[in-house]
Amino acid sequence: MEWETVIGLEIHVQLSTQSKIFSGSSIRFGADPNTQASLVDLAMPGALPVFNENALRKAVAFGLAIDAEIGKRSVFDRKNYFYPDLPKGYQITQMDHPIVGKGHVEIVLDDGTTRTIGVTRAHLEEDAGKSLHEDFEGMTGIDLNRAGTPLLEIVSEPDLRSAKEAVAYLKKIHSIVTYLGISDGNMAEGSMRCDANVSVRPKGQTEFGTRTEIKNVNSFRFVEKAINHELQRHIDVIEDGGTIVQETRLYDSDKNETRSMRSKEFANDYRYFPEPDLLPVEIDHDYIEAVAEHLPELPDAKVKRFMDEHGLSEYDANVLSQSRAMADYFEQVAKITGDAKLAANWCQGELAALLNRDERDITDSPVSAEYLGQLIQRIQDNTISNKIAKKVFEAVAKGEGSPDEVIEAQGLKQVTDTGAIEAMIDEVINANPDQVEQYRSGKEKVFGFFVGQVMKASKGQANPGQVNQILKEKLKG
Amino acid sequence: MHDKTLKHLSDGLASGEFSSTELTRSYLDAIKAKNGDLNAYITVTEEQALAQAKAADEQRAAGNAGPLTGIPIAHKDIFCTRGVRTSCGSKMLDNFVAPYESTVTERLAEAGTVMLGKTNLDEFAMGSSTESSFYGPTRNPWNTETIPGGSSGGSAVAVSAGLAAAATGTDTGGSIRQPAALCGITGLKPTYGRVSRWGMIAFGSSLDCGGPMTRTAEDAALMLNAFAGFDPKDSTSMERDVDDYSARLNQPLKGLRIGLPKEYFGDGLDDGIRAAVNDAVKTLESLGAVVKDISLPRTELSIPAYYIIAPAEASTNLSRYDGVRYGYRCENPTDLQDMYMRTRAEGFGAEVKRRIMVGTYALSAGYYDAYYNKAQQLRRLIRDDFQTAFDEVDVILGPTTPSPAWKIGEKANDPVSMYLEDIYTLSTNLAGLPGLSLPCGQVGGLPVGMQVIGNYFDESLLLNIGHQFQQNTDWHTKTPN
Repeated sequence: MEWETVIGLEIHVQLSTQSKIFSGSSIRFGADPNTQASLVDLAMPGALPVFNENALRKAVAFGLAIDAEIGKRSVFDRKNYFYPDLPKGYQITQMDHPIVGKGHVEIVLDDGTTRTIGVTRAHLEEDAGKSLHEDFEGMTGIDLNRAGTPLLEIVSEPDLRSAKEAVAYLKKIHSIVTYLGISDGNMAEGSMRCDANVSVRPKGQTEFGTRTEIKNVNSFRFVEKAINHELQRHIDVIEDGGTIVQETRLYDSDKNETRSMRSKEFANDYRYFPEPDLLPVEIDHDYIEAVAEHLPELPDAKVKRFMDEHGLSEYDANVLSQSRAMADYFEQVAKITGDAKLAANWCQGELAALLNRDERDITDSPVSAEYLGQLIQRIQDNTISNKIAKKVFEAVAKGEGSPDEVIEAQGLKQVTDTGAIEAMIDEVINANPDQVEQYRSGKEKVFGFFVGQVMKASKGQANPGQVNQILKEKLKG
Repeated sequence: MHDKTLKHLSDGLASGEFSSTELTRSYLDAIKAKNGDLNAYITVTEEQALAQAKAADEQRAAGNAGPLTGIPIAHKDIFCTRGVRTSCGSKMLDNFVAPYESTVTERLAEAGTVMLGKTNLDEFAMGSSTESSFYGPTRNPWNTETIPGGSSGGSAVAVSAGLAAAATGTDTGGSIRQPAALCGITGLKPTYGRVSRWGMIAFGSSLDCGGPMTRTAEDAALMLNAFAGFDPKDSTSMERDVDDYSARLNQPLKGLRIGLPKEYFGDGLDDGIRAAVNDAVKTLESLGAVVKDISLPRTELSIPAYYIIAPAEASTNLSRYDGVRYGYRCENPTDLQDMYMRTRAEGFGAEVKRRIMVGTYALSAGYYDAYYNKAQQLRRLIRDDFQTAFDEVDVILGPTTPSPAWKIGEKANDPVSMYLEDIYTLSTNLAGLPGLSLPCGQVGGLPVGMQVIGNYFDESLLLNIGHQFQQNTDWHTKTPN
């Protein structure tokens, strides 16, 4: 039987506010346990939450970016359950009146086709703390630094039809939130976490199959692997005559398998009800307008502009605008050099290879946009050849200084002095009378041999154009 | 000295008749003599009080004294006080010392008051008799066989018996007004949002309100002046100017329109209280007020609405008492579940557990619409009833309680009959309105009170009425033997 897969994602995005969503504590990553936990975060008796307006602005920006309805009146609710890293015994979240309503995003698939994916809603909530099971024999340590960190939970429609689409969607959301600057999108540090709801149904069937939820798949790669694994499990179970149980499953990346966490029968009754410590948030038109005014250029618009303004291909434009940092980098290099094509080639060539090799992000590039721009300028003004430029690039990446400094220090300046080049050519011609004979008798292939010899003699620093021209004249005899 | 009003003491301190240190010492002596019988205080902070009194005297000597500088007062043990145990009347918090201060107590401290100690209350303010405290019942000084009302019973007794010049209380369904009435003092529950709830341990967050408990309306105004007003740490506190509550006390009552809701004078009201309230109404009429019969038809429904909403909020407000971070933790838990279950089973008393269970049930999937949602609808209708009434009258007046203080233990095992004692006070909390209880008579040697309910933020008017009434009657001057 042919199966159709149905996937919906719930993405938790940590908002990059200065302080927590309901208290003044910092949300900096990596601080010592419980050093960023205030009276509110510790749920001390009589402590009360105060809503951080910055989180609201960021959520509204996201809503505008996905063309969503913005809730004019949004309400916080308590979600009640007991867990040691949930200090109040309830999480403040939003149930019936989320800040962001229905919206949508476009994803581009590998074959170049685009699909529109619906976003059901996005709501604000607070993160829980962390339970630390190591280091405490027979006990659990609780770190409440993360408790109260603002999260935007983005819930998609069940519109995704493959693991690849799910990854493309996740990347799109990642790109939108980082473009907006509302999150650092750092998945390794948990700034973006993803749960996947997965089901299969016979192709052509309209009703959904029973779904399972895979918790906490926290890298693009694991999302794809976890979903594919879970889909295959569904198909295997059903084809063996079994049925899928609605449950929550945890993905184990080491074993590449999912296992049951809890089934629906044991699900908590969260007893949601409106949070009486916070007033409903009223958002008026002016507020939304003010946020809209400060929205940066978003990925889709940027792709279009790169094509129109810089003459890039759709492929190049897409690659270079995948992250705002990459796009900014590229644009800076293009501006310095005045040659967008050349800038694009270097960004996608040497730079991409370097970042990939060292597993670095563009924000962490060892070669700054200024230096890459300077390097390309030296090619443009014939100071160095393309080939030497690659050598200089490597040296700059190793921290040996600016391109000009490297060129100077290593004496890589191109030889453009005609007299010097003529002297080298004369030497090569005199040393190879047989090859001169062959060339003059019509075997023009040996021309390449002479170029190689001259370049070798110049340690690669002779201007290749000049070498070609002078060599041709001299060989004529 | 201990039957003097806060105003008299303030004047005495100002004129140099006595120092705050002398005054504080004399209150501490009175507490030593009487608290053993009355159990008004859970904690007496003698050293700290004397230090504060000394500081107040120095401040006065430096010419920086305000009306409350050096006045010894008591705080209900529901307000967190830095460095001093805040128990909320519960075993759960018997070992809890807050590293922070509630806004109410902080503002009163800034006004120069001296804290004598922390007063007894029903556990987590859940009760109408101050019997459910982990620290034992508080006794009514008018008859120590009877309850003082609750949950702010300790504060009411401290003021009534001369163990403090004034006190703070909190009112979720009548917890300031009812004990004030049963102990013969004045108690004001302000408009919801007028007083910050920061550092005030939550019972029903949408209902809880701190307020003053004093001998007179004039004293209540002095206290409220010190702590009313917006607090950025409480999102539900109102960003709105605060009146000078002492400024309007002497306005004549001529033309004041008073509504008497027929539902407050029906079956179940003690005849003695009915007569006392009627006499009070005549007094107010003689001062120029105009009386009108009105109706608050959903008064009876305030009991079921309240006993859904308050426990629902309480059930989750009390989830934080889990033994993880502070407070009581059971001994030798075998695992997490065991720790949760035994900590909460051993740390909470019966009435608190009852309300957590009722509230949990009311919020459960499948019951939410039938209980919580219905109760919220009722709440809106009750609010509408009041607004309709305020189209015709300026204030609403009736008895504070249906009966005088009852015998200790009499209703302890009959929660429903205890809940019915709150019939006249619950609806003001549901509507968020201010209410002032004033002593207006005695029944069988026990004080009884009447309640004046105002529209939102009409505390000044209520205190004006209270002061004018007290200028023309002497119930507020009577003290227990």
